[in-house]
Amino acid sequence: MAQEITLGQLRRWLILYADRIIAEEEQLTRLDAAIGDADHGVNMRRGLEKVRERLLDEETQYADVGAFFRSIAMTLISAVGGAAGPLYGTFFLRAATSPHNGERVDLPQFTRMLRFGLDGLQQRGKAHINDKTMVDTIQPAVEAMEAALASGQSLAVALAAAKQAARLGMEHTIEIRANKGRASYLGDRSIGHQDPGATSAYFLFETAVVALSTPVPKE
Amino acid sequence: MHSFVNKPGDSIARSLAGMAACYPNLLRVHFDPDFVQRAQPGRAGKVVVITGSGSGHEPLPTGYVGLGMLDAACPGPIFTSPTPDQLLAATHAVEQGAGVVYIVKNYAGAVFNSEICTEELSREGIRARKVLVNDDVAIPEISNRRGLGAAPIVIRIAGAAAEAGRPLEEVVAVSVRAAENARSMGFATNIETLPRSIHALPLGDHTVELGVGIHGEPGVEQQVEGAEEIVERLMQPIVDDLPYRSGDRVLLLVSGLGGTPPLELFLFFQHIYEFLESRGIVVQRRLVGNYLTSLGRGGCTVTLLRLDDELLGLWDAPIHTPTLHW
Repeated sequence: MAQEITLGQLRRWLILYADRIIAEEEQLTRLDAAIGDADHGVNMRRGLEKVRERLLDEETQYADVGAFFRSIAMTLISAVGGAAGPLYGTFFLRAATSPHNGERVDLPQFTRMLRFGLDGLQQRGKAHINDKTMVDTIQPAVEAMEAALASGQSLAVALAAAKQAARLGMEHTIEIRANKGRASYLGDRSIGHQDPGATSAYFLFETAVVALSTPVPKE
Repeated sequence: MHSFVNKPGDSIARSLAGMAACYPNLLRVHFDPDFVQRAQPGRAGKVVVITGSGSGHEPLPTGYVGLGMLDAACPGPIFTSPTPDQLLAATHAVEQGAGVVYIVKNYAGAVFNSEICTEELSREGIRARKVLVNDDVAIPEISNRRGLGAAPIVIRIAGAAAEAGRPLEEVVAVSVRAAENARSMGFATNIETLPRSIHALPLGDHTVELGVGIHGEPGVEQQVEGAEEIVERLMQPIVDDLPYRSGDRVLLLVSGLGGTPPLELFLFFQHIYEFLESRGIVVQRRLVGNYLTSLGRGGCTVTLLRLDDELLGLWDAPIHTPTLHW
């Protein structure tokens, strides 16, 4: 199996992600209603509908992987709003600055892109692991990718490991107290609820498994 | 019918258009990206003051556009901060070469979006500064405190300093000083009405929520017998926090959340006034009304600003906006 990810696969990834977010709008809203201001679902849907629209437009061409991620970032920043827009936007904007092979990225490059994205996200949001944010999903997922890479695993195995780590990270947010964002106003009352940002971030790694480790038919 | 804004469509845009139509001599509205600017641009070469805010807090931000306050305001979707492209478009429309000050309520989204905007402006060579408003004493950690009633006050101070022709760093410094000397807290008498009701159950007859935010964030439910008791529990944490001491001169802002009638706001004001007077705190300026709302929620926020001669002078300078004018 190919150990490189193509632009076509990345495009399919974000379309699948958009579909997933749109389908999960109510769940995200419900989670945010418990500990935030109940707008994560509607904001993410608004942004990902725009992303989906652009990606499905046959006219939209991307010079390379960097340009692709930059375009995703700018759409999210201008269309999601709230805190999630700039955070996801910064994640993809920073990922775009990491080295790639034009229209392809290999596993080491893709892993580095995710690491760049995570670093950018943390610089913007100042959140650490266990603050009950999307970092609790993304950081373990990136670390799992890095560990898989270091032990010579295939792309498919690395993506599966990232998804598994992301899921555990997301579920762990149920047990912890929020230190960032509007949920932090609740203090200990935020315990017992899964973080909506950690949840929307999990879908990134869930959809990546299928989208990035199987070939795109028409390519 | 409960409300006309809790559905998709163009209700916010229509409301903005209505506001501009209501104040043709004061406001101009721009759509996609959405922002409101002064009908008459500010004096050439002045620092410009801009703020963004989720919709649902009116008159913040659009009702404060005008001489002596904002040069432009960017309303986001309901309770959601506006995006950097709105802030950038508004900045490009009004900026005069002397720099721009963003007054930012301390919410993650507002902070991140204004940072992305200022990073972009610095690439363009436009000097941009951010002044954070975090006056809500209901949140223990100062760095995490929300922006409440100090927002219109800090905007006013920044706007007056900019109008007086002060340079960027001076406008920032005096605005920061206003923010540092302001403290607030709010309470609600009913559940959030819109847009995505967060509470399952209404509050009981003798229950208020103390320390609420302006986006339906819950406070702590408290049993109270009357206005005097609410005022006591609201004011003591505010006064203790800075602290405001006997002999201090203050500006007192009592702002309804949108669902409490003026009759009740003046009732609260009277109790608050007596509370402060009994502690020797001198109320030199006061505002009572809907200045920072949470759609139609019942309740109010109370803000104190400790005054000095400079802040008082800036507060009293000429102002002409839809909401404040003297």
